[in-house]
Amino acid sequence: MSASKPRIATTSLAGCFGCHMSLLDIDRRILQLAELVEFDRSPINDFKTFGDRRCAIGLIEGGCCNEENVETLRDFRKHCDLLISVGDCATMGGIPAMRNTVPLEACFAEAYLDGPTVYNPSGKIPGDAELPLILDRVYPCHEVVKMDYHLPGCPPSADTLWAALVALLTDKPVELPYPLLKYD
Amino acid sequence: MEHMEQYSITIDGRTLTAWEGQTIMEAAHDAGIYVPHLCYLRGLVPFGSCRVCTVKADGRFVSACTQPVTPKMTIENDSEELLDLRRSLIEMLFVEGNHFCMFCEKSGNCELQAIAYRLGISAPRHDYQFPERRLDASHPDIFLDMNRCILCARCVRASRDLDGKGCFDFVGRGRGRRIAVNAEARLSDTVVDVTDEAIDVCPVGAILKKRVGFKVPIGRRTYDLEPIGSDLEARRRPRAAAPTGGAS
Repeated sequence: MSASKPRIATTSLAGCFGCHMSLLDIDRRILQLAELVEFDRSPINDFKTFGDRRCAIGLIEGGCCNEENVETLRDFRKHCDLLISVGDCATMGGIPAMRNTVPLEACFAEAYLDGPTVYNPSGKIPGDAELPLILDRVYPCHEVVKMDYHLPGCPPSADTLWAALVALLTDKPVELPYPLLKYD
Repeated sequence: MEHMEQYSITIDGRTLTAWEGQTIMEAAHDAGIYVPHLCYLRGLVPFGSCRVCTVKADGRFVSACTQPVTPKMTIENDSEELLDLRRSLIEMLFVEGNHFCMFCEKSGNCELQAIAYRLGISAPRHDYQFPERRLDASHPDIFLDMNRCILCARCVRASRDLDGKGCFDFVGRGRGRRIAVNAEARLSDTVVDVTDEAIDVCPVGAILKKRVGFKVPIGRRTYDLEPIGSDLEARRRPRAAAPTGGAS
């Protein structure tokens, strides 16, 4: 039975998980969602990689601030039929993108050397090979891969997410009523 | 100017009466037809810079706020072509500034955001520029945040023509054009006052009063529930519901 259900994958890139919280905020409707779909790679079930079948929908929270974000986003694009930018960070960079007007060197200096609360006796900026390289600026998802839909908001309300998911899962166009399209 | 001619014009097939010397915007407004606009504000000299009010008059693209009506003028306002043009203009305004709605005090009452909502923009088609812009918090009662300025010149015109002060003006050209204050450096060095008209007319969050942000809760702000222009359109609903013979 579950083999025929469409699969959904979700991830949080440069985000705060607020959009995932908003998804959980659909309350009891999550039982209906569980009837309609099977969760693939997602922090909700803690699956770290994709299964062997394609996903119908990939929900992306957050933009791309480092190379790992880019790799994850490209992996989602490869495995998902529809990719959706969920929230302002995925759509326009959001709060992390506030660093975009500050040179990277100055960002690092503030974070690891000069900031008022920094304690860093070694005076070194972390540069371990294990750490993903940070990008020159934070990129909205659609500037990295093709995104099929955008649900802005900080976060998009549970009703917005529900309305969009129900439309997509029932092959209807995603037409949000006026009060559900918000940028804050 | 003693005798004013009356003109018959059509907007989206609806026939209405306009007065000689009226702009398309004014005629539409009187008839309860909303033409999206940002730099235009009733009571200020039309400026024609944002082009969001672009309509097609007798087949030509013109800005409704500056174009006077002519007899038998045929105007398109609500066509898919014009809606997409306006969407593109609004999207460009979003990407060429730093519009972080999620923490902006103006959010919910912002005309730029409200028009984007009305046009159903979920994301811009252009890449974000993230320009480096200035913030002037020197004045005790007013913020001037250039990150959100869309160069509509409402503050320029209001300060000059309504307040009689001329506290704001443009400097620079092309991409470098920006609003400057009439002082050596800071807003606090001008004679601007928090009660000035120039402070109230800003359509976005570029000029904000201090200590009043977030006073109205989410859900009760100006554009939370009804799209911008709804109040204007409500005025014509009773008439629009009846069959209009002249429209074709």
